Amino acid sequence: MVIKRQPDLTYKDVTPKRLYMGRRNFLLGLLATGVAVEAYKKLPGLLTSAHAASGSVPVKLNGVTKWPGSTTEPETPIEKVTTYNNYYEFGTDKDDPSKNARNFVTSPWTVSVEGEVAKPRKFSMDEIMKLAPLEERIYRHRCVEAWSIVVPWIGYSFSTIVKLVEPTPKAKYVAFETYYDPRQMPLGGEAGIQLPYVEGLRLDEAMNPLALLCVGMYDETLPNQDGAPVRMVIPWKYGFKSIKSLVKIRFMKDQPQTTWEMYAGGSEYGFYANVNPNVDHPRWSQASERRLGPGSGLFTPKIKTQMFNGYGDQVASLYAGMDLRKNF
Amino acid sequence: MNSILTSKWTKAIVFVACLVPLALLVWRGLHDDLSADPVAFITHATGDWTLRFLVITLAITPLRKILHMPQLIRFRRMLGLFAFFYVCLHFTTWIWLDKQFVWSEMWKDVEKRRFITVGFTGFLLLIPLAVTSTAGWIRRLGGKRWRMLHRLIYVTAVLGVIHYYWLVKSDVRKPLFYGLLVAILLAWRIGTWLIGRRGHSGAAAVRREAPVTTETS
Repeated sequence: MVIKRQPDLTYKDVTPKRLYMGRRNFLLGLLATGVAVEAYKKLPGLLTSAHAASGSVPVKLNGVTKWPGSTTEPETPIEKVTTYNNYYEFGTDKDDPSKNARNFVTSPWTVSVEGEVAKPRKFSMDEIMKLAPLEERIYRHRCVEAWSIVVPWIGYSFSTIVKLVEPTPKAKYVAFETYYDPRQMPLGGEAGIQLPYVEGLRLDEAMNPLALLCVGMYDETLPNQDGAPVRMVIPWKYGFKSIKSLVKIRFMKDQPQTTWEMYAGGSEYGFYANVNPNVDHPRWSQASERRLGPGSGLFTPKIKTQMFNGYGDQVASLYAGMDLRKNF
Repeated sequence: MNSILTSKWTKAIVFVACLVPLALLVWRGLHDDLSADPVAFITHATGDWTLRFLVITLAITPLRKILHMPQLIRFRRMLGLFAFFYVCLHFTTWIWLDKQFVWSEMWKDVEKRRFITVGFTGFLLLIPLAVTSTAGWIRRLGGKRWRMLHRLIYVTAVLGVIHYYWLVKSDVRKPLFYGLLVAILLAWRIGTWLIGRRGHSGAAAVRREAPVTTETS
């Protein structure tokens, strides 16, 4: 597995343009309004983009094979996937992470696996890149906010890791934790949720071959705002289950408390969070979704949301006999 | 300062300035710069501007008094109508681009989702204010009744803030910021009303109110 580094490729192109955009927006905002909120909002973005860039930049991944199960639906353009992110550690507006995560340092990086396992260990990023052949898997990705994208992720089944660390018979659940460093993520304190971000799966869900340990997308390593350097992708669940910038994996006897469950007493999001058109979110219907695809715009008709996001054949058996209205 | 405030040019400039947020949206739309989810972007932008114009409109009376600039009243109706204009855009975005004219879904939302219920109510309450914003209606209703009716804007502003507060997932800073502004502006009114009552001078209270005739300027 070879990673070809092309350090001067992306940044030269991208940074000055965004700097320029930031300044233009800032000035127009001032001109248009004189409303203090606007100016206040744009200021941090301007300041951070003026700093010297030192964060990681996506590089091309070679030797990636095509996974046969990929959807043939049109891929969402990468520009949309990299500028429309929920990554509250870097700000709660959709375009915040693309601006504020630019200097996020993702190297060196280790993922620690602990808890109910026979062989707890730490994986370096180099090790993670080589544990299994990398596959490109084009998945539908459905956000709980009723929009969806189609993304060519790169990675391998999370079960690879599970088999390596050998869970004990007590292990029934897996908790995942996102990196949190308030110095690098100063906006995290204002996100309104408890950090570090924690997600979880039942062990059999985590063993499902669709559960992806993801290290790249669109032929490259992950951009910072999309969860560099390594994240999970759980395509049959709402997007917030697909935890970003993974640093800790803990095998557990009991069901872990996840971040969004802890928020608002669990009334908003349950532990399972399977995509389900029949169970509404408290504030909106989940029956349909806006597909952010190539050329999608103001008048693109919504599409019907599918049970388990269309992955029912592979995952429905995990929930046999469960009331998915209660276990939402 | 007085001559600037009373100049007809100032009013024209303020009018054009109030259209800048819309112009920016159109400009961004033409340049494919409305984010990956343009419907959500427009919904949020028009909602934000509705709240801003509500706050600005509510600020006119306190500013007139505090800065001793009674001429500011010339802009109040226009600013209030712009709040209505942006809420119409907000509502149209929702029913057209978001709900795509599926009325049954819209009604389900109004009934079931409390943030939509309060937002929709706030919108409905603005309609009679927009309709009766003309000099003719002030005359027909009489200044006192007209002023009573137009206090509905207080309710709309509060409902607008609640609508926003209930909508956001966890980061409540922006709705709280608008809430603080509305609270200050309403508290000022309550404060002056209490002081006015203690002064128990009917004549003074009348003088404090805007002479209705200036509404027609």
